[in-house]
Amino acid sequence: MTLAEKILAAHASRDRVSPGELVNVKVDLVLANDITAPIAIREFERIGVDRVFDPRKVVMVPDHFVPNKDIPSAEQAKMMREFALAQGVVYYEVGQAGIEHVLLPEQGLVVPGDVVIGADSHTCTYGALGAFATGMGSTDIASAMACGEIWMKVPPTIRFVYHGRLPRWIGGKDLILYTISRIGVDGALYAAMEFTGEAIADLSMDGRFTMANMAIEAGAKAGIFRVDDKTLDYVRARASRAYHVYEPDDDAECNTTVEYDVSRLEPQVAFPHLPSNARPISQVGTINIDQVVIGSCTNGRLEDLQVAAQIIRGRKIHPKVRCIIIPGTQQVYLDALRRGLVEEFVSAGAVVSTPTCGPCLGGYMGILAAGERCVSTTNRNFVGRMGSRDSEVYLAGPAVAAASAILGRIAGPEEVTN
Amino acid sequence: MKLTGRAHRYGANVDTDAIIPARYLNTSDPAELAQHCMEDIDSEFLNRVRPGDIIVADTNFGCGSSREHAPAAIKAAGISCVIAKSFARIFFRNSINTGLPILESEEAVDETDPGDILEVELATGEIVNVTKNKSFRAKPYPDFMLELIGAGGLIEHTRRKLGQGGDTQ
Repeated sequence: MTLAEKILAAHASRDRVSPGELVNVKVDLVLANDITAPIAIREFERIGVDRVFDPRKVVMVPDHFVPNKDIPSAEQAKMMREFALAQGVVYYEVGQAGIEHVLLPEQGLVVPGDVVIGADSHTCTYGALGAFATGMGSTDIASAMACGEIWMKVPPTIRFVYHGRLPRWIGGKDLILYTISRIGVDGALYAAMEFTGEAIADLSMDGRFTMANMAIEAGAKAGIFRVDDKTLDYVRARASRAYHVYEPDDDAECNTTVEYDVSRLEPQVAFPHLPSNARPISQVGTINIDQVVIGSCTNGRLEDLQVAAQIIRGRKIHPKVRCIIIPGTQQVYLDALRRGLVEEFVSAGAVVSTPTCGPCLGGYMGILAAGERCVSTTNRNFVGRMGSRDSEVYLAGPAVAAASAILGRIAGPEEVTN
Repeated sequence: MKLTGRAHRYGANVDTDAIIPARYLNTSDPAELAQHCMEDIDSEFLNRVRPGDIIVADTNFGCGSSREHAPAAIKAAGISCVIAKSFARIFFRNSINTGLPILESEEAVDETDPGDILEVELATGEIVNVTKNKSFRAKPYPDFMLELIGAGGLIEHTRRKLGQGGDTQ
């Protein structure tokens, strides 16, 4: 069995499972946020049970529209807060919280071997920890909150092997944008993407979270990494409970194996309006920009801010660019503050926001007007994603985003640092 | 149940931001959401749509976010059914769970033009293009899915599983 099949079999109390089988799996964690929880709570109440199956295994995080942008979003956050406090589930208030998929691993709430479902499509982020994690809708979450299990179709596994050493400035975002550009936005539909190879062994945990996070942009059910020493170092310092490391069988059958040599990979930029429209930076041409966003559940971790700071440090944001930097959690914010990054960003002329999903989904904190262009470290560049239907989002990693903020056009990091 | 309506034809990868932009997700009221359904990719949709109409699209319909607001907005806009070559997996689950009928058929999609009158028999998966006088058969649902639909959706199914509000412990 593959890693994904091992984890699902264990949670379905089965010796083995095969792709295509429908199984009921026990869940270790159920997640919802301020947009998806209100519907989940209403549906949960329709079921007729009084309490969630286990309050320690239900997590609610206000992150999309908080600190609240308007009255209706405040009402939604309030409804979730009241339910969370009444049920005693795990809840993080503004000021302790942050973007759910940065927060949960950081707090040790997700550990290797878990099955996690969340009413947010980027729940797949936790695959970086060797967990099986997938996004679902609010009604599925309501059902799981009541009974602690959920039905799933066992996905086939597609194994992606990345050969070679990563060149300077190349990170998880470049690897995953490149991958999606090769296989398309439905290239892994319903499948589990397993990421492996020597380039992955060298990749930091923050880089792995970025890759797993965007598995959904290829249509995948999950993105998953084998647990190694880097994972264990990360988890040991944080784990809130015992964990189990699953290993794929040596003879595990993958649906497909895809191999890439990434030793000469260039920074990638995904053009509007699909994450699969990636081009290497050398083929971007001259594209002037109005805004840069560095943050999100994709690239809002400390390493992302450190990469951006290496480029922004001692320079000025281009006068025609609004550069918005959003640490993913309060802890990332504090770490960035203590290391002097926040001062460097502000001195350069960037805005540093409190943790929020805000601009990524066109909520607030950086909405685009018609005709405007943004380079963003977020995960989607669909029509109207960050504002006007006539605006454009170019997806990239923090190095390209920071370099673009300095030069006022889409640029590679070496155009600034050389 | 037989559904009849005119086809609204879309291409591949119609994403959840196109179905209902996130700027409207400060509510989960289906009627409010429906007022913005498809507005970023088809500003005429709301003027054109009539109760019972059918969305017909290429591959990967509903890709992107997990927002259940997407099938809710489509349903509340009056759409009776979505036919696509394939669906993104979260959208597929959400539609089944919330009672928006969805059917997969490559042939029906290829043979449908905007405005064609379609008839859909959900029980058999038969799709008839009345305008073109052609009929197609949708991919059948797995048995478990039929059980879910038969139970009246996931919430009703869960209620039964837990003995209608009995103690979960």
